[in-house]
Amino acid sequence: MQTRIRIQREDFDLNREVADLTTDGEAGAVASFTGHVRKEGDLSTLTLEHYPHMTEAEIARLVAEAGTRWPLTGVTVIHRVGSLKPGDSIVLVAVASQHRHAAFQACEFLMDFLKTHAPFWKEEARGATHHWVEHRHSDDDAAKRWES
Amino acid sequence: MNLLYFAWVRQKIGKSEEQLATPVADVAALIAHLKTLGPHYADAFADLSRIRVAVNQRHAGLDAKLGPQDEVAFFPPVTGG
Repeated sequence: MQTRIRIQREDFDLNREVADLTTDGEAGAVASFTGHVRKEGDLSTLTLEHYPHMTEAEIARLVAEAGTRWPLTGVTVIHRVGSLKPGDSIVLVAVASQHRHAAFQACEFLMDFLKTHAPFWKEEARGATHHWVEHRHSDDDAAKRWES
Repeated sequence: MNLLYFAWVRQKIGKSEEQLATPVADVAALIAHLKTLGPHYADAFADLSRIRVAVNQRHAGLDAKLGPQDEVAFFPPVTGG
């Protein structure tokens, strides 16, 4: 399984990432998810902080776990950090497999666990005020359903 | 031991990293010690339900044992993705 994990400030190109997962001809299916900064009220900037090294290690552990659950040929996870504006992309998870069911499920699994395990934190700027985004318990519930 | 703080934990304590020479048995004992260092620490660790811990870059609990070479990070529940 080819694995690419990148934490970066710059944007990514979905088509190029999918092409990188399919050029070897092993994959018959790629499922991808991109997350974006949602325009909510007077949100002006979303700033993402992370824990360098642990972030990459934690995502690698999640990808390895996905690889034990489904027959995957490749996984790419890209997460942006720094200052982002409404509409900007934040995260890409792209999963390649021989067949679609594994790709769909592993993509969702990775997003659910990335939300609850990868050490990123979002700070919102609204006008002159800044505040840290609160963790959502619904994200914990989403991750827990993979335990059964 | 190397201590790291992220997000609002970093802001409340007023620094992102520091070294600690005082020996502590586990994460709970480390937090108890840090809370004696001043009001900023006491404020940051006032509600442990809002604090998460990593030891050597893996998620850990309050009962995780600690040694002098360990890296311990404190942060709020994560909000990436």
